[in-house]
Order: sequence, then C-alpha cells, then structure tokens
Amino acid sequence: MENIISLKNIVVDFEDGERILKNISLDIKDKEFVTLLGPSGCGKTTTLRIIAGFLDPTEGDVLFEGKRINGVPPHKRNVNTVFQRYALFPHLNVYENIAFGLRVKKLPQKEIVKRVGEMLELVNLKGFEKRSINRLSGGQQQRVAIARALVNHPKVLLLDEPLGALDLKLRKGMQTELRRIQQALELTFVYVTHDQEEALTMSDTVVVMNNGHIQQIGSPTDIYNEPINAFVADFIGESNIINGCMPRDCEVEFTGRRFECVDKGFSPNETVDVVIRPEDVKIIPAEGAKLTGIVESVVFKGVHYEMIVDGVDHKWMIHSTKAEQVGTMVGMTFDPFDIHIMKKTAAEED
Amino acid sequence: MKKKILAAPYLVWMAVFIVVPLIMVAYFALTDNAGKFTIKNISDVGQYANIFVRSIWLSVIATAICLVVAYPVSFLLSRMEKHKQGTMLMIVMLPMWMNFLLRTYAWMTLLGNNGIINHLLGLIGLGPYKLINTSGAVVLGMVYNYLPFMILPLYSVMEKIDKSVLEAASDLGCSSMNVLFKVIVPLSLPGITSGITMVFVPAISTFIISRMLGGGSNLLIGDLIEMQFLGNSYNPNLGAAISLVLMVIILMIMTIMNQFSPDDQVLM
Repeated sequence: MENIISLKNIVVDFEDGERILKNISLDIKDKEFVTLLGPSGCGKTTTLRIIAGFLDPTEGDVLFEGKRINGVPPHKRNVNTVFQRYALFPHLNVYENIAFGLRVKKLPQKEIVKRVGEMLELVNLKGFEKRSINRLSGGQQQRVAIARALVNHPKVLLLDEPLGALDLKLRKGMQTELRRIQQALELTFVYVTHDQEEALTMSDTVVVMNNGHIQQIGSPTDIYNEPINAFVADFIGESNIINGCMPRDCEVEFTGRRFECVDKGFSPNETVDVVIRPEDVKIIPAEGAKLTGIVESVVFKGVHYEMIVDGVDHKWMIHSTKAEQVGTMVGMTFDPFDIHIMKKTAAEED
Repeated sequence: MKKKILAAPYLVWMAVFIVVPLIMVAYFALTDNAGKFTIKNISDVGQYANIFVRSIWLSVIATAICLVVAYPVSFLLSRMEKHKQGTMLMIVMLPMWMNFLLRTYAWMTLLGNNGIINHLLGLIGLGPYKLINTSGAVVLGMVYNYLPFMILPLYSVMEKIDKSVLEAASDLGCSSMNVLFKVIVPLSLPGITSGITMVFVPAISTFIISRMLGGGSNLLIGDLIEMQFLGNSYNPNLGAAISLVLMVIILMIMTIMNQFSPDDQVLM
C-alpha cells in the first residue's frame, strides 16, 4: 500500500500567536480508514483543514501522492470534506446539493443524473430529490452531506466529526454505514472525532492527538492494549493512573507497595506512570489482600457496575459485573501483565 | 382575542394616517376642482412622461451604483471579526445621524461652480467644470444619501451565511468567482431585493436632492408633485394624480423584483 497523503513536520501558528500544531508528521495509506482522535483543541480539525486546503501550515510539507500541495487551493485538490454541521446549501434541494460539485465541473447532464442517482441509492435517500434541506432530519442531512462529497469521486474523503450532532442510536447505525461505504468504494477516509469508541469501532488506524502533538499511531487493538503513555491510556477508555517507580526490571512500586510486573528496560528507580484498566482490577476478600479499600460508590452502567474504591493513596476505579455494598472493606488484586508501565511524557508538560 | 388588542394602536394609526390619506389622494386625483368625477388629471400626467422617464432612469442608475458599491463592502463587513463589525457598521451609519438637508447642502458647497472641488482643481490648472446642476450631481446625491440603506440589508443577510458553506463550495470545486455566483449571490438575494427597494423608492420620489443639486433643468417627479401643491402652478388634483401614477409604477417595479425573491421572503 502506498502513502496517499503525507504530512511532514507540520507546524501551525494562529494569528494570535498560539501554536496549534507542533511538528506533526503522519503518513496515510491508500484505502485506509484513519481516525484522528483527541480532546477538543488538540489540533485534529486543524490537521484535517490542512489536508483539505482551507489552511496552509506555517511550516512543513503536505504531500498528495508524493507531490507537494502546499498552497494549492481547496477546489484544485482531489479530496472532499464532510463538514461538522454539514454546511449544506440552504438555497438548493437535496438533488441540487448533491449535484453541486458535478455542475461546477460542467459534467454532461446525463452523467450528473446517473451519478446523483447512484449516490441517492448509496445513502438511502431515493425519493427525497426535491425535498428542501430545511425539511430533513439531522440524519438525513448528514447523508446528503456524505453523498455531496462522495459524488465527486474523491480519492480521499475527509470527515470532521460528522456524527457529532446525531443521537446515539443513529450514530451507531451511521458508523457501520460509513465503514460499509468506505469499503465498498475502496476510498481513503480521514475521520476526526473525540469519541474513542467511534474511533476504535471504525478505523484501520487511530492517531491519538493531544495539545498539538501526535501521541500514538496504531491499530485500534494496539492503541487499546498497548497505550504508549498515560494520556493515551486515559483517553482510550478509563484507567487507573498512579505515580510509581521501577526499583528494578519486572518490579514496580506504587501506593507504597511493590508488585510484580512484566515491563523492563527502565533505569533504576525511574519514576513512571502505572496504568491499570478498571476491568483488570479484581475484587477479593479483604483478609490477606495486599491492597484494600472502602467502597465509596457503585454506579450501574448497563453491562457492568462502576465502583470507586478508596484505597487511601489512590481512588480505584473498578468495573465488575458484581456490585459490592457501599462502605464495605474489599481487597483488590491484578495480574502482573495487566500492570502497564509508562514513561512520563514530555507532552504533558506543555 | 387578546393578541389582537396588541395591534390596535397601529391599526388606528394605519386607518387615520395611511388608509384615509390614500383614499383622499385617489379622490383628488379622480375629481376636478369643483369635486366632479374626471379622468382628465390622470390623462394630463402623460404630458410629463419625460420627467417620469428621467426620474426612473436616474434612480435606476443611483440604485445600481449603490448595489455595486455596497455589495463587496457588505461582504467584507460580514466576514470581519464580530467586534470590528460593530465599529465598521457605525462608520457606515454615521452620515445618517446628520441632518439630511445639511448633508445635501454640503454637496452644494463642494460641487458649486466656485465650490471647493473646482477651487482645488483650479490650483492645479484644471477646470472649472460644471459639476452642480447636472444629472450626475443628482445621482451622486442619491447614492450618498441612500447608500447605507443598501449596505444594511445586504450586510444582515450576508452575516447569516455560514463560513463553512463557503468552504464547502470551494471544497466541491468552486473558484472564488464560482463561490460568489453559485452561493453568495443566491443566498444574499433577499438582501439584494430589499436593498434595491429601500434605495429605489426614496430615490424615485425625492425632490430635495434634485432641487438642490440638479438645478431647474433636472426636474424629477418629486419636484413636479411639490409644484402642484406649493408652487405657482397650484393644482392639487393633478398633484394627486401624479402621485397615484408614481405609486402604480413603484408597485409594478416591486412586483417584478419579487419574482427574483425566494417565496418566503416576499417584500410586499
């Protein structure tokens, strides 16, 4: 697979001097579903706007199929965007919205009719051609926006939090739908979201961003199972993050106790972040347990209970299918391979 | 029922000051000075066809100039940062805070044969040119006085155009020109039509501007009407007839304008 888009050492400063992107490099492969994931203000939308051409980087190069495209205006780029709030043309009906790009390119009428028809079918909007876009539901507007972008047969489709305004059920449906479209048309999708579950469900590759830096690039499983630092671990699903240190290989000390673990390669007594997933903490009887705490709260979450256990040095978040009584003393344990040791990152400092 | 009461003050106002006077205008237009029914007044209006043509022509030119000047300014204004928009709008409105007569007098001093402009031109060996008492001066006066009425409605529709809609257009292949004609113009159409109305209607019926800047040779409909009521050729019946014809003409032009407006934005 070849790289269709490469970002090389991208830096973006806004007019007020704020640095939005701090040296970002990213390769996007052809026919890949890439998700830029991060909290708001992390620079993910800015990255997308650079690929679309709405914004030129202060420093760095944008390559499209190996050619530098810095300064090429949006209308000359072979990418199309699905905007956050759809940005449909209010003066045009569904059909004309979708046909817009084709009319601009002055395609023959027959071709326009054919392609718009295909798109209406693809996004299940047959029979809505004449409908004014003000009379569509959010989900329908969303699908018009997707059709309007896809009808131009772009090589890359950029999607900026396209499902953000939809309710949960509709969003789930659209996630599968988008994935289906991406695979059916064999397109490259660059998808921006702050919803980690969405990112894990849909993507081939997830790019986790924070504070204008890329934190980690990897497959959804890699990102979830092997988060590279405490930020990624915390952002991708909830985590217990505790300060600790490594007295030696395969041994970690936190909350004043030493535990066996599987990580090595740290300098002696290096301070580290210790990350343990809430579902990896097992509750055992308090007698004889290495770690104990008092159950502070229990919340039913559907599939599991979420409990907060106050262990004096750390409040543990625990996911379990069995609820404990609030106020009881419980013991906690975890397997050595469920303890993830992470270097303290420089990115957290700025 | 209660809600209707809220409209009562205006309904009374409308009856006393709009409906009754309109009926009176129609009555005067269709009677002679003895109070007998006649259509002579209306048919006499035909004698002044050249004045009607000049009035329409000059107001059309003034309206067109206003549109051409106001459109780009309004667009820039609508894309500025919010706090700058307020300041700029105030500057646009500023001339309107000054008395209309004063503003027009100012132009008389500027354009006069011995006025400031000719004086300055004289210093570099040009002129003097005949600036005042020309139809050009009348158009200038109209543009100067009515430009804000074009800018404001244009600005208020353009300000509502979402930036991402314009980005979407360029994303879908539009050059800047294409974005203008395929998105900005259609979306600002309601502003264009209401701006045209707000400039054209006062321009076609003005008499101060033409009197002060146009001299005797650039009589407009407004002057003609005024003369029938206050001038030597006192004839209120003819004056009322001219007003009635003018109203019909404006009504016709507005109806044509509305054909270009989206259905839900009809002005009249």
